[in-house]
Amino acid sequence: MIPAPFEYARPQALEEAVSLLVHHGDEAKLLAGGHSLLPLMKLRVATPSLLIDIGRLSDLRYIRDGGDHVAIGALARHHDLETSALLEREAPLLRHAAGFVGDPQVRHRGTIGGCLAHADPAADLPAVVVALEAIVVAYGPRGERAIPARDFFRSMFGSALAPDEVLVEVRVPKVGDRRWAFQKFNRRSIDWAIVGVAAVESDGGVNIALVNMGPTPIRALETEAALRRGASPSEASALADRGTEPLSDLNASAEYRRHLARVLVRRSLEQIRG
Amino acid sequence: MRIALTVNGRPEEVEVEPRLLLVHLLRDHLGLTGTNVGCDSTSCGACTVLLDGQSVKSCTVLAVQADGAEVTTIEGLSGTAGGLHPLQAAFQRHHALQCGYCTPGMVMAAASLLAEHPSPTEEEVRRGLEGNLCRCTGYQGIVDAILEVARARGGVER
Repeated sequence: MIPAPFEYARPQALEEAVSLLVHHGDEAKLLAGGHSLLPLMKLRVATPSLLIDIGRLSDLRYIRDGGDHVAIGALARHHDLETSALLEREAPLLRHAAGFVGDPQVRHRGTIGGCLAHADPAADLPAVVVALEAIVVAYGPRGERAIPARDFFRSMFGSALAPDEVLVEVRVPKVGDRRWAFQKFNRRSIDWAIVGVAAVESDGGVNIALVNMGPTPIRALETEAALRRGASPSEASALADRGTEPLSDLNASAEYRRHLARVLVRRSLEQIRG
Repeated sequence: MRIALTVNGRPEEVEVEPRLLLVHLLRDHLGLTGTNVGCDSTSCGACTVLLDGQSVKSCTVLAVQADGAEVTTIEGLSGTAGGLHPLQAAFQRHHALQCGYCTPGMVMAAASLLAEHPSPTEEEVRRGLEGNLCRCTGYQGIVDAILEVARARGGVER
């Protein structure tokens, strides 16, 4: 499978990438690791006329201490995340989940920025950053903009990024030793989650975000509310599929996904409470 | 676009279309047909090569993304010494292949794994191979071969 022809630009600086986006708009696509975009281009589902390769903007590849948060550059690769001692200490849920993205080869190339900007509801990290209440930072001709992760994912493959904006950083609040759980159910290890759960203790409760239970990551708000009222994990998890809109596909029916969500949320809560 | 890269230790300069995939650069332009195209959709791992020392699926990397990089394919694994690389010899001893189609990618994934984890547990070997599918062997011989190489290199078994 060969992508349709395209022009290729390799800007030397972020500003140059933004001005290319301003000039070319929807016709252009940013290329980082390429592990969401290139498969779509090979299938010719995506046919951008210009690829703007920001993969070498090494200023955007970092994981550093930002005080009350960990600042992760958009070009940090999944492998950088899964091997980060800083993340292990301050946001171990994200470090752990990054190690379950795709497979080792995918993690050597794929970036957190590309993964989030692609906004695939079956991807793990969008739900993880929603559970962690991270901030996504976009940069464009109007400057920098901080977007809460819960507002970033708008629709299936649709994010809050404007066509002329670049996702530059993810700010993950330090959660230190708060308990967390990550559950991913799939048939083969390299597959997307049929359903996944990212959960982490918060002030007085648990944040629970579901993977692949609708067009965007979805917080299991009724379960969270039940827990605050003192419900047990098994009582609260029975509500985990409320407010979700799972699809039926070759892997699972919508009803099966709802069942999985309830089971995986219960396991997550038991893990956190255990 | 003109790109320059090092493939198996040899500098190469090639004029490429931006849409050319790394695997096709290797096979069709440089004649290195040891790297196989399997699923062509980032799943099977048959096209695995090392890009700056790390395993990647060359069906999902553009040749222009490898501009300036060092690429190692199965042909270059044993370096200037020639002959079989210890991983290749161990695969042979353990019958870690039947049809052999996945083998170049499997060996390159193993090389990347051992570079990062010189003394992996069996579990780490199995996780390290999650990106490579073999439809013949059932994997046991492959895992045994990789563990043997790790042990022979002085990796301590945990």
